Amino acid sequence: MTVGNKRNRFHPQMFALYIAFASIIMMFGAFTSAYIVKQAAGNWLEFSLPTIFYISTIVILTSSLVLHMSYSAFINGQERKYKLFLVLAFLLGLSFLALQYLGWQELYAIGIDLKGSISGSFVYLISGVHALHILGGIAAMIVAMLQAFTLPYQVTDKRKLRFQLTLHYWHFVDLLWVYLFVFILLYR
Amino acid sequence: MAHVATHEEDVLIKEHGWDDHFHDHHHGDKYQSNFISHYIFSMDHKIIARQFLITGMFWALIGAAMSVVFRLQLGFPEESLAWLKPVLGKWIVVNEAGIGTLAPEFYYALVTMHGTIIVFFVLTAGLSGTFSNLLIPLQLGARDMASPFLNMLSYWFFFLAGVVMFYSLFISTGPFAGGWTAYPPLSALPQASSGSGTGMTLWLVSLTLFVVSVLLGGVNYITTVLNLRTKGMTLWRMPLTIWAFFVTAILGLLSFPVLVSGFFMLMCDRGLGTSFFLSEIFIEGQAMEFVGGSPVLYQHLFWFLGHPEVYIIILPAMGLVSEVLSVHARKPIFGYKAMVYSILAIGFLAFIVWAHHMFMSGVNPFISNFFVVFTLIIAVPSAVKVFNWITTIWKGNLRLNSPMLFAIGFVSLFISGGLTGIFLGNSAIDIQLHDTYFVVAHFHIVMGVAAFFGMFAGVYHWYPRMFGTFMDETMGKIHFWGTLIGAYAIFWPMHYLGMAGVPRRYYSFGNFDAFSHFDDMNKFITVAAAIVFMIQVLFVINFFWSIWNGKKMKTKNPWGATTLEWTTPIEAGHGNWPGKLPTVHRWAYDYNKDDREFVPQNVPMAEGEKAGEDHH
Repeated sequence: MTVGNKRNRFHPQMFALYIAFASIIMMFGAFTSAYIVKQAAGNWLEFSLPTIFYISTIVILTSSLVLHMSYSAFINGQERKYKLFLVLAFLLGLSFLALQYLGWQELYAIGIDLKGSISGSFVYLISGVHALHILGGIAAMIVAMLQAFTLPYQVTDKRKLRFQLTLHYWHFVDLLWVYLFVFILLYR
Repeated sequence: MAHVATHEEDVLIKEHGWDDHFHDHHHGDKYQSNFISHYIFSMDHKIIARQFLITGMFWALIGAAMSVVFRLQLGFPEESLAWLKPVLGKWIVVNEAGIGTLAPEFYYALVTMHGTIIVFFVLTAGLSGTFSNLLIPLQLGARDMASPFLNMLSYWFFFLAGVVMFYSLFISTGPFAGGWTAYPPLSALPQASSGSGTGMTLWLVSLTLFVVSVLLGGVNYITTVLNLRTKGMTLWRMPLTIWAFFVTAILGLLSFPVLVSGFFMLMCDRGLGTSFFLSEIFIEGQAMEFVGGSPVLYQHLFWFLGHPEVYIIILPAMGLVSEVLSVHARKPIFGYKAMVYSILAIGFLAFIVWAHHMFMSGVNPFISNFFVVFTLIIAVPSAVKVFNWITTIWKGNLRLNSPMLFAIGFVSLFISGGLTGIFLGNSAIDIQLHDTYFVVAHFHIVMGVAAFFGMFAGVYHWYPRMFGTFMDETMGKIHFWGTLIGAYAIFWPMHYLGMAGVPRRYYSFGNFDAFSHFDDMNKFITVAAAIVFMIQVLFVINFFWSIWNGKKMKTKNPWGATTLEWTTPIEAGHGNWPGKLPTVHRWAYDYNKDDREFVPQNVPMAEGEKAGEDHH
């Protein structure tokens, strides 16, 4: 709930979410700069990332797209499409997590475990903490689905805002993964 | 007379106010409908501010009492501390002659906890938490924070962090004892010392919860400042307090997550066997498996927060002091815009000086040069601020009451402590001074005592706004003079100890003949510390006594201040203003303007009147 005024076009809650993004960016910025510093210090094991991470990247990008389509359907009065795409985006989000898990297993299979080398530890740590942020998005989508299926379909400002908050967060953690993935690919 | 003024103010808001239809809805069910939702799980920013303040005071007493205990051991190693046994139990070791001494590992634990508690729980949560919550909505003309719910969570995460830390004081292996900076390997290897096990785990859990609290608060403060200002309150009309809280929140939001990253890596090293911060290491003759990590990496991550943290502590104090000096000197703040730009400059520079804490940790000396230069540049905006504070009170009609005295004391301490920072910021001189009592003296004066003075100035000044009564002036003045003289008595001698090379954090100097002539000085410092502690107890007594017995606040604006928090009713309810919101027509510092002693921000400009800010 918000004690606000209606003068702003950018809703305070949306604004607050973007500020939270800044602090999440700082957190991962710290991980990736620690990664660069540690790599420069030597004693660094090089290995290539399992292909499964490429697939998971495509999955999470698709999920973002689908959630966006669900949002467009929501504001354009296409109730069935809205619910369908919402569930689809949620399932894609879950499969991203499953694929990340498979990716970790594959890493383990090629001999990169959590503690063997610092480069490996970083990959587990960065993708692990990112997965926690994905879980936050999954939780938000569960709430969104509960509302989609229990409340009568209605486009109100409040529900639009809630959807937008979920959507923007989901896009954010999605792009965050793309950044992390490309970063690890480039700085092996 | 005062009554008439109050009446006029009400008319002012009624006629010129801005109706946001806030009171059209019924808020009673969600807000303050019973004791629990009013005083405990409150979402009202004014209650949350008081919760932060009182929790902060609780921690301040514990943190300060700890310092007295370790000072007693340091100053009087031969005297018996057996009388503390009922409180400290097994940490007081009594020998056959009946002489009780503090266990060395607990000495380190006390030093560590003293730092952690004062830096985070008192001077971060207790200072910025209290006054950001109280003043941001009130001075901006907002009904509450952008998200009162997150605001409530922010307090309760802080509370939870406190519970965990408090619990860690009582476990059998003791709290963490490796210094408030928690450098690995002491913090990374549970077997490294007795406090490194469960104590350190609890320390990490507590501080992670604390960061959550800071982030929730910060998101709220920034959003509120940028989105919920009342009509007419442009950024350049905001009081300096708000500018300070705003930049503080940005600093916290950008630097605390980096600390959490470091904490996550530390947790992996502790629990999962990774070697981010650990390299080849032996414990009790056993070779550990860790290979290739770097403890300096942790130091970078820690100080990337750690340095902005000192500005997170001092900026709110600076904001409060600017406001108090202007109100009680009855003069506009000198150089308002320069003050704002200085706050912004300090906030920016805060992020690019962190390695000056690491000159002696094996950082490349050429990189140190870069950090020396930026560190010294911070002296420029700091000096601008000091100059403007002094010119603000220059030739003013000073009211030397408790808030004003503490604000002036702040300026004194900030100068004394700031100057020694110029020495320490030089990497060459730091070779001699690092890790000595010179450093202890420097940061205690400039960000410990000074920040406390800012906080005291704020508490005495806004106490009527919080509790509807005034604090006792006599006790306030004893508090001020005792603390000012006492603080200098404690920390001034420490500079000499430090220049002679006396290292900080040592349990005993018995084995160092070179330092034996400082024994009396150490005794003197300890006595001063104990006296200053007693005086703070007097402050706490004054604080609680005055809630019920203090002089009642009879008018809305007892100090004759210009800012909006003094236009609300004495017993401001939820939503702060009963009817419309005040609108703002001028900056916050119209004192002694055109023969009027002060003109509140919500008074419309008279015909032909020039805006006060144009002159400054």
